[in-house]
Amino acid sequence: MEEDMATKGKPIISTGSPKGSKKRKTISTGKRYIINTVLTVLVIVIGQMMIDNGSISRYQGSVLEQVGIYIIMAVSLNIATGYLGQLPLGHAGFMSVGGYSCAIFIMRMMGPMHVTMYDFMTGTPATTLLFVCGLIFGGVCAAICGLIIGIPALRLKGDYLAIITLGFAEIIRVVMLNIDSVVGFQLTGGAKGLTGIPSYTNFTNTFVVVAISLFLIHTMMKSRHGRAILAIRDNEIAAEATGVNTTYYKTLAFVVSAFFAGVGGGLYAGCIGVMAPAKFGFMKSIEILVMVVLGGMGSMLGSVISATFLTILPEALRAFADYRMVVYAIVLILVMIFRPQGLLGDYDFSMGNFLEKIINGEFPWKKKQAEEVEADE
Amino acid sequence: MSSETKQKRRPVIVQMESPNLIPERDLGQIPVLEAKHIGIDFGGLTAVDDFNIAMGRTEISGLIGPNGAGKTTIFNLLTNVYKPTRGTILVDGYDTAGMSITQVNKLGIARTFQNIRLFSQMTVAQNILVGFGNSMSTHLVTDMLRFPKHWKQEREYRDKAMDLLGIFDMQRFADTKAGNLPYGAQRRLEILRALATHPKVLLLDEPAAGMNPNETEELMDNILKIRDEFQIAILLIEHDMSLVMGVCEVVGVLNYGKIIAKGTPEEIQRDPKVIEAYLGKQGVK
Amino acid sequence: MTFLTQLLNGLQLGSIYALVALGYTMVYGIILLLNFAHGDIIMVGAYISWIVMAKLGMSPALAVVLSVAGCTLLGVLIDKVAYAPLRNAPRLSILITAIGVSYFLENGAQLVFGADAKVVPAFISTSTIKVGGVSLSLNAIITIIVTAVCTVVLQLLVQKTKLGKAMRAVSEDMGAARLMGINVNTTISFTFALGSALAGIGAVLYSMAYSQATPTMGIMLGTKAFVAAVLGGIGSIPGAVIGGLLVGFAEVFVSALGLSVWKDAVVFLLLIIVLVVKPTGILGRTMNEKV
Repeated sequence: MEEDMATKGKPIISTGSPKGSKKRKTISTGKRYIINTVLTVLVIVIGQMMIDNGSISRYQGSVLEQVGIYIIMAVSLNIATGYLGQLPLGHAGFMSVGGYSCAIFIMRMMGPMHVTMYDFMTGTPATTLLFVCGLIFGGVCAAICGLIIGIPALRLKGDYLAIITLGFAEIIRVVMLNIDSVVGFQLTGGAKGLTGIPSYTNFTNTFVVVAISLFLIHTMMKSRHGRAILAIRDNEIAAEATGVNTTYYKTLAFVVSAFFAGVGGGLYAGCIGVMAPAKFGFMKSIEILVMVVLGGMGSMLGSVISATFLTILPEALRAFADYRMVVYAIVLILVMIFRPQGLLGDYDFSMGNFLEKIINGEFPWKKKQAEEVEADE
Repeated sequence: MSSETKQKRRPVIVQMESPNLIPERDLGQIPVLEAKHIGIDFGGLTAVDDFNIAMGRTEISGLIGPNGAGKTTIFNLLTNVYKPTRGTILVDGYDTAGMSITQVNKLGIARTFQNIRLFSQMTVAQNILVGFGNSMSTHLVTDMLRFPKHWKQEREYRDKAMDLLGIFDMQRFADTKAGNLPYGAQRRLEILRALATHPKVLLLDEPAAGMNPNETEELMDNILKIRDEFQIAILLIEHDMSLVMGVCEVVGVLNYGKIIAKGTPEEIQRDPKVIEAYLGKQGVK
Repeated sequence: MTFLTQLLNGLQLGSIYALVALGYTMVYGIILLLNFAHGDIIMVGAYISWIVMAKLGMSPALAVVLSVAGCTLLGVLIDKVAYAPLRNAPRLSILITAIGVSYFLENGAQLVFGADAKVVPAFISTSTIKVGGVSLSLNAIITIIVTAVCTVVLQLLVQKTKLGKAMRAVSEDMGAARLMGINVNTTISFTFALGSALAGIGAVLYSMAYSQATPTMGIMLGTKAFVAAVLGGIGSIPGAVIGGLLVGFAEVFVSALGLSVWKDAVVFLLLIIVLVVKPTGILGRTMNEKV
């Protein structure tokens, strides 16, 4: 996963080098960033070229966009589930808030900014600005909702939190459904949905947003803030006794999770083109949860892989659409019984570390030897 | 351990106005931790009653007593994990009533737990870095966008964490998952994590549990070393009498939630009430 | 007498929620599991009623018996297959498993019966009775009486019988209960059986009130019943009843004001407010974590 940026700075201790061997070659942080950026750009450019020359059809391209969106959704839910250790069941609620507010923002701003629907197909500086502002607006709206629900919800634990977030998502759905009659003009379009959303997403801008989101979530988790969040997951009382302001960090994790869900929702609105409250029910929250659980709670790579598979697979297996959900459910139960930590557990991949291993000649098949050396020490 | 430090272990104990004892050298300053008449009831049951303590700035005290006497409950009260039903707790002169556990920690109380509570999925170094969290100052945005200040601070505190690990000679475990450490090392890591929060008082809940005599001996030296190096007060709960008698300047004996005796280790050893609490009435003869 | 009708409606709806909430409360009380599948057990119960009466043309009495029996069996089976292997797993894993079971039942039902609503025939022929010149819905009265009886029986069972004592012991401390010679697995199975039987009765009462079965009917019903259980204080039998009635009345009241589209939102808002004010619910008791 190229977005998974370098994990740490220079190693501070060098006790790790086995006796008698040469000093282990390392890749500096700066180089790691450059490598990852170049790889990310390469993947996006190649993808866009394949779309442009028709190797990837329009339909496949739209599926890929959805893959990107669900990657954001899964990774953002993972903040609250895998890193913070809570179980919010209202992620679709944040997604819908982000989607609606982003779409409405862009639609309302198109007039004043003299942008037409067609400008989004060709892309102008104005559309890019709208796109960025729209997504941030969507993310902020979702984050505000996350804050509103987070304050009461995070005082509670486990199941209570689950049910209160589920309830909040339902409230959001009901509000989206009925807000028009309250405000007195057409805002969300009620049950019919919000139509006429310009298709402001494409492969490139979706995946640029994906890369940025993953980077920001990754860097947050690999900092003092992220450590505080992980500490709360591992042992809340010990975290408090160690000076971690648990209320603040729980809320922070929740709000950041909601923010990126909102960004994902904003992309979703542009990708699908129609927003309807019914799309963001409990089932959608569960679908995202399945991605996180399956990939491994606490593993960003796991979320990315399972979001990719679970988005592509149903499209590939349209013929079996009826059985899909049943199979999902069975897989979820089986994973919990036989591999509760998810397929990847909390393993995460770092391109920098991987390359470091290669240049040091440490290949997976040599792993055993390396371990033996370590044990000798 | 040099004879000089051994000398230091036997200071003059002074009776304060409250029923508290404190080493003479710390008398000039306000006690770093003072509990006055604290008590807690669980339902109808009084778990701790009329508990008093004053800790001098560099004092090492011990709390002993039979199982279920309420020792850990007192730690929970001092750290606000349980809110006391009555009484006042002053940390460095500040009343901790109504504060969260986190705020009490920031005031200067750090603790370890009887049943080890490490961040077991995180590495040893990360465990300590969590303790350093409040000393680190980078803003979330600085961290997320990886400004140079982030790297500088991370390196600085990683070094500090390695220094702390050096106390127990644990540097080589820095990148091991805390949950995979051997039992003794986990206990030591808990102490280091607590130290990382820059406490003024360190509460150790059975630090020698599960250690062999050699390890206990080593721990004793380390406790004294920590006190001398960091100039902090240490209050410990322990069943291992050799440790209590070896490092503590004041020992309090708790039975049924009440202090039944208090004094220097020598005084405690001779106190018939203490012998009775441990061995029962027959044991006194 | 619209007021009386509304009161009766509120009581009827509240009684159904209360009955379902009892199932949640019992399972939660014993293994601290929010049994997400509980609402879907009701859905299965409603389909059994539909099959027995509409498809097989048998008597309503038989439908009642088979629905309750079917739900009981299903509840115990779910526990044995999905939850029992995870008895010592982290709470999150069991909770996700419960969601998986719920998901499975919903989508399984959709696969077998289709997504459209099935009309469950009426259980009783007379729909209203006249009391003192006022006609009252017989369904409502039956629902209220059945719920009241169930609650009393359940309370006696938990407080007075040996099995009830075992249940309370297991809920206090599973390990200690096992050491005292209580068969923990049997006790848990029994709790599931009891809770699911109540779900079965709930299914019949629900079908009487709304006369339809859909694959997704369990979600909302289950969620609101859980809300009711949490409102009342989870683990408490009287709490579940109070919570159920509260939710029922809130819904009927909001609908009576002509705001029926908002009624779900109001219920969840009620939950959020109660939990913020008293996190353990109305009759709940606080549990201290041992440090």
